[in-house]
Amino acid sequence: MSQVTNIFAPAATPAHAIFHLSLLVLGITSCIFLVVSGLLLYALIRFRNRASATSDPQEPAQIYGSNQIELSWTVIPVLIVVMLFLATARIIFSTENAPKPSDALDITVIGHQFWWEYRYPKLGVVTANELHIPTGDAAHPIPSYLTMSSADTDHSFWVPRLAGKMDLIPNKINTMWIDPLEPGLFLGQCGQYCGTQHAKMLIRVYADRPAQFAAWVAHQLQPAAQDPAAAEGQAVFLRNACISCHTVAGTTAAGRFGPDLTHVGGRDTIASGSVPNTAANLRAFVDNPAHFKPGALMPEMHLNAHDLDAVAAYLTTLK
Amino acid sequence: MATQTPEIEILNQSTPTEPRHPWLEVLHGWVTTVDHKKIGLMYIGYALLFLVIAGVEALLMRVQLAIPNNTFVSPQVFNRLFTMHGTTMVFFVGMPILFGFGNYLIPLMIGARDMAFPRLNAFSFWISAFGGLLLYFSFLGGDGLYGAGNAPDVGWFAYAPLTSRVFSPGHSTDYWTLAVLLSGVGSVGTALNIIATAICMRCPGMKMSRLPLLVWLYIVTSGLALIIVSPLTAAQIMLMLDRYAGAHFFDTQAGGSAVLWMHFFWIFGHPEVYVLVLPAFAFANEIIPVFSRKAIFGYPAMVAASVGIGFISLSVWAHHMFTVGLGAGANTFFTLATMVIAVPTGIKIFNWLATLWGGRIHFTVAMMFAVGFLFQFLIAGLTGIMLSVSPLDWQLSGSYFVVAHFHYVLVGAILFMIFSAFYYWYPKMSGRMLSEKIGKWHFWLFLIGFHLTFDFMHVPGILGMPRRVYTYEADRGWMIWNVIVSSGAIFQTIGTLLFVYNMIRAYFKGPIAGADPWDAWTLEWATSSPPPDYNFETIPTIRSRRPLWDLKHPEDPDSNYEF
Repeated sequence: MSQVTNIFAPAATPAHAIFHLSLLVLGITSCIFLVVSGLLLYALIRFRNRASATSDPQEPAQIYGSNQIELSWTVIPVLIVVMLFLATARIIFSTENAPKPSDALDITVIGHQFWWEYRYPKLGVVTANELHIPTGDAAHPIPSYLTMSSADTDHSFWVPRLAGKMDLIPNKINTMWIDPLEPGLFLGQCGQYCGTQHAKMLIRVYADRPAQFAAWVAHQLQPAAQDPAAAEGQAVFLRNACISCHTVAGTTAAGRFGPDLTHVGGRDTIASGSVPNTAANLRAFVDNPAHFKPGALMPEMHLNAHDLDAVAAYLTTLK
Repeated sequence: MATQTPEIEILNQSTPTEPRHPWLEVLHGWVTTVDHKKIGLMYIGYALLFLVIAGVEALLMRVQLAIPNNTFVSPQVFNRLFTMHGTTMVFFVGMPILFGFGNYLIPLMIGARDMAFPRLNAFSFWISAFGGLLLYFSFLGGDGLYGAGNAPDVGWFAYAPLTSRVFSPGHSTDYWTLAVLLSGVGSVGTALNIIATAICMRCPGMKMSRLPLLVWLYIVTSGLALIIVSPLTAAQIMLMLDRYAGAHFFDTQAGGSAVLWMHFFWIFGHPEVYVLVLPAFAFANEIIPVFSRKAIFGYPAMVAASVGIGFISLSVWAHHMFTVGLGAGANTFFTLATMVIAVPTGIKIFNWLATLWGGRIHFTVAMMFAVGFLFQFLIAGLTGIMLSVSPLDWQLSGSYFVVAHFHYVLVGAILFMIFSAFYYWYPKMSGRMLSEKIGKWHFWLFLIGFHLTFDFMHVPGILGMPRRVYTYEADRGWMIWNVIVSSGAIFQTIGTLLFVYNMIRAYFKGPIAGADPWDAWTLEWATSSPPPDYNFETIPTIRSRRPLWDLKHPEDPDSNYEF
């Protein structure tokens, strides 16, 4: 069975807490199921109408009720509920009201139809769709605090192996935190129906060792690459409508409606995790975004084949 | 015992056969009728029509999801399919079919000749029916001036601000709004009517403590409907003002609140689940005792539990909003409120179990569906407890686990009990028996299909698959589960077709039922099948909860034992 987005394969504190609580809940509900369904099965078999009984028109003894019995099957469930509630309340408060360490990393997450914007306000980094966070260790976890909102409709940030989901709602600020202990790639996707392309609003979280993460941040802070071989593609990019929605730091492109493309060539995927980041896929996406994501808000750019090749080549140089 | 005038007369002769009328006159009779039985049957027929339509929508979705990256339907079409499927099933299948049975049965069970307000009854039916037609007219009329999508595609709970004109141009969302609003008008009318009927039209001797449990449950369900439809209607009007009059209730770009819509919707939406499931409990309360040959165990506890469920269900709505960011305090409160509802629900299951205990259980098709209901409702309740644990809900909310959970309630519990009710009361409604043989095929096929689909649907949710996705990634390990889920739909379809065939066949060729084919105990079996327009020749007088038991066992009447 694939482990990529299994809630029973936790890799961070919030997901671990939920996993342990879920084992308790599963245990209790399984016991209730076994007892009640066992009694039901027994009653159905034991008290079925037997063939011999049909000759006997006598009705079974009529029993109308018993207050003692009613009381017992009221009190026992109440006790179970109290126990389960206390265990749940503990996890609610330990997750939602966890004290924020001073060295926690702040990240602003903004949901868009149909992609993710990530901003690191203290570091000055802006990126899209592929979130990088540092790993901690058990002695010294480094939680990343996500401050979340939406630019349009409701979305939900769900990476099952790291934490439960949290909605991104326009005009409302939500927070959550994640603290993976091991490096790795954690997948997820939008968990709240947000419009036509809800299905391809995928999430990729890269947990890097602190040194790796620092290197990634340093690289993100560089302005966009200026490869002379891609100068023609850059010119096409800058004289078309691309710049009204996309930012490429260090150029006149400063749009905020679409993903920041300053380092798009360094990402593993495009179209919010839908397809691998290859020159061919980039070209196909610029030509017609609906090819991969019908309903994506980026329009067809109506570039000729030559310009398409040039722009795709330029975008691949933006490492 | 001294001879006394019979208090209840069982009409064993069938209704005198009248000469056939021309079809136009027959049609005129149905359209203008204010008879609760005819209106009930129209509700049921109308709901069955929509059940088939919404079922086909579900089938199309299951074809699309059987394999990853399928292109059977476009994302736009898929989004319309799940919106129409959900809206239709809740508002134009669930509500009308349950109101239909209520309309048909309540006056008969309390020994009345009709509902309290027959004209309001007809009005409620026709306004609801118009709402359903309006919803489906959107396929033709929803384009508007924009050439935008034709049927609504905002999901059945239509979260703001996706419903604003910026994100939903055209008129499809307006059709959705109006359809739901009109259905609400009909629901309020019928709910009012049911409460008035059950309180004011009872025959002599039928104290509230002798009311059949079915009628009690319908009082609770109608009371709930009266309370919860108002916020939904208010929200729909606010949404229309937002869309066309420049109001900003839910317009987040102008400072409105998306969360406000969620509160309005779920204060309706959660109790709505109970509005739908309480009538299913109501059927179980009548059918399980009759086929166990025992009185219901703990009648007062059953009434108390039902009323308790009604009240508590009004305080749990935000468990649909655990991931909205309401804060630890609110999440804790709604976790507790949601868990508490398990207690009265448990009481009901235990009382049904105690009713079976020591009985002589006859496994008719009606009883088989009721037994399926008991097991499936138990499981649905337990997955409900899992989801009430809000941290676990943070993971599972909006995933296929939730879809599996509520279909366990809506199909595994409610639809199974509706099938059971058909097998039990069809003879009363039509005068003819359904085939038990075809019924058993229907039961087993549907049971297999149900479990293939909805047992295995929990798994992709646990593996991270969100609901309302038109397709999914191939590398997540979800495909095998989706194949199984989709294959179950085939069995359910065949089962349902057999059910429809059974009803049509029985109408023409079924054995004559007689007044009381199940040897039952409530008043609807004291009149002929189908009952005459006036229901009872003389209004019966009763002395216990099971008047026909008293009649059949004069030496040992119930009235000696009831408390």
